[in-house]
Amino acid sequence: MSAATSGVPSLRARPARHGVQPKHGVKPKHGDKPQKWGNPGVYFIALLFISVSVGPVLYIILGGFRTNSQITVSPAGLPNPWVFSNYIGVLKSVTFWGEFANSVIVGVATTAGVVVLGVMVSFALARYEFRLKGATYSLFAAGLMFPLVVAITPLFIIVKDLGLIDSLTGIIIPQIAFGLPTTVIILTPFLRAIPKDIEEAAAIDGTSRLGFFFRMAIPLALPGVITVAILAFIASWNNYILPLYVLNSQANYTLPLGVQQFSSEYSQDTARVLAFTSLSMMPALIFFGFFQRRIVGGLTGAVKG
Amino acid sequence: MSHTLGTAALGRGRRGAPQIGDAVDAASPTPRPRKRRGRGRLRLEIALLTAPAIIVFVGLVIFPVALAAYYGFYQWQGYGPPTDWVGLGNYKIIFTDPAFQQALEHNGLIVVLSLVIQGPLAIGLALLLNQKIRGRALIRVLIFVPYVISEVIVGTGFSLMLQVTGAVNDALHNIGLGFLATDWLANPSIALWTLMGIITWKYIGFAVILMLAGLQSIPDELSEAARIDGASYWQVQRHITLPLLGPTIRIWAFLSIIGSLQLFDLVYIIWGQYISGVAGTSTMATYMALNGRLAGNYGYGSAVAVVMFLISLIVALCYQRFVLHRDLRGAVTQGVS
Repeated sequence: MSAATSGVPSLRARPARHGVQPKHGVKPKHGDKPQKWGNPGVYFIALLFISVSVGPVLYIILGGFRTNSQITVSPAGLPNPWVFSNYIGVLKSVTFWGEFANSVIVGVATTAGVVVLGVMVSFALARYEFRLKGATYSLFAAGLMFPLVVAITPLFIIVKDLGLIDSLTGIIIPQIAFGLPTTVIILTPFLRAIPKDIEEAAAIDGTSRLGFFFRMAIPLALPGVITVAILAFIASWNNYILPLYVLNSQANYTLPLGVQQFSSEYSQDTARVLAFTSLSMMPALIFFGFFQRRIVGGLTGAVKG
Repeated sequence: MSHTLGTAALGRGRRGAPQIGDAVDAASPTPRPRKRRGRGRLRLEIALLTAPAIIVFVGLVIFPVALAAYYGFYQWQGYGPPTDWVGLGNYKIIFTDPAFQQALEHNGLIVVLSLVIQGPLAIGLALLLNQKIRGRALIRVLIFVPYVISEVIVGTGFSLMLQVTGAVNDALHNIGLGFLATDWLANPSIALWTLMGIITWKYIGFAVILMLAGLQSIPDELSEAARIDGASYWQVQRHITLPLLGPTIRIWAFLSIIGSLQLFDLVYIIWGQYISGVAGTSTMATYMALNGRLAGNYGYGSAVAVVMFLISLIVALCYQRFVLHRDLRGAVTQGVS
């Protein structure tokens, strides 16, 4: 969730930037130093940092290509020879694909719910005037402060009272609720940034306000909507505590629970556990790989305007 | 809800978009009823747009916290309505339980250490990466990878690597630092630092990206002007960049503090339900899971949730009041104007 919160600083930064922009022309050029490569020390530290960041991930991925005896003899070694049976075994298992499917269902439904409800309420907050508007916005903004963990015990009781224990719906609905604050905080400024002229032009052409919402606002705010959707999906994919409380039977497990279950069930078979773990993080990594421009660029670029 | 929202909405139909109203009035032979219907429609639109989100949010985020406050006064196993009123009994137990005090202490340490370790590191790395170097985009993506991976996978991976016979100790032996090899997870005097290491690894990328975003919002002209006036690189960073990065640092610190107070997944997965207390890494959230749900004592678990909530709330309010008051003006409190 916290990734999205950076919407808060970025919102404030935007006007400041524009205020300074006109001075841009007077940029002094002292181009005697080649800017191409720069200081080798910088690369060294960056490389060190990256290897620490990526090392454990590589350990998990490569560990799946080893045998248990390889791992026992040389825990930090590389695969020699490469073994594919662990990955193949996991890819053939019904358990993995069942949990994979559950995670996909929960992720897609959560994302859809967060986006639909979030866009609706953000649109009202961005483009309508009503007395409780400020209060409504503050309500969602305050929600940022209290993640799922604090509310999990009573939330579990509510889910139980709704009869949704051990069902995927019991995860989806609370996840939508807890995904709304970041969504509203990010989307409201996006929707507000659409110039009034466009809305008025659309109105003159006979488009109603809701018509404007569907035909103009959503397409124009699409970058924001996509960012929000990605964050919601990754948060759902990685959620642990809610499925831990709500789901009982293994048939309903999502991947995080599956990983934990698998690693305690096959605790002697480290290579297989690593293969299972590595495969279950792939979707999030691939997803991130595809949309990294939006996530990382969105966080840094939002400020640039 | 819709009613209160709707009555407040009256103003806009006329003032907000005069052209629309004028156009309609001109075209229609009976402007007044038309306008009134427009207002009703406006109310309806606002209600339809906001109600679903508000209902879901209030029902599943706000209501549970209120419910926890209620259940916290009962000894209750989670079946049927609670009947065994114990007043403040649960809270007395919480605050006299050494296990909770330890958990609270660990949370406090994690809050402080996260700020002290990650803050300077993230600022330093962001300054480094903000220079014009090749492959900057790739570096940014790679340092963000740990943040995208789930806590469960991080926990599973690290608990395998950090075993006594695991990859970390093996790697230390291989590079001649074998004397550093130790029992990273079970040794109570080390476990908390191991946890801090893992937390730093997992969340530093987010801090760096946030700082980078902050740095890029600082116009180059300022530091260039200072440099023309003869300021050194470090003087520029110290007297221009850092103060201007202040709002970003303060927002990050806020997120970090709240996150540290809620820490659950990593501890629960690496140290399990029962060992975390012994290893010295238990947190309020793991204490809540252990003594609430696993013990089948939902009244007590709710009381722990209330304590966590109040601690987070007090910290958040104090932080906003004393640290963020300048930055947040207009961002959260008056975000819609």
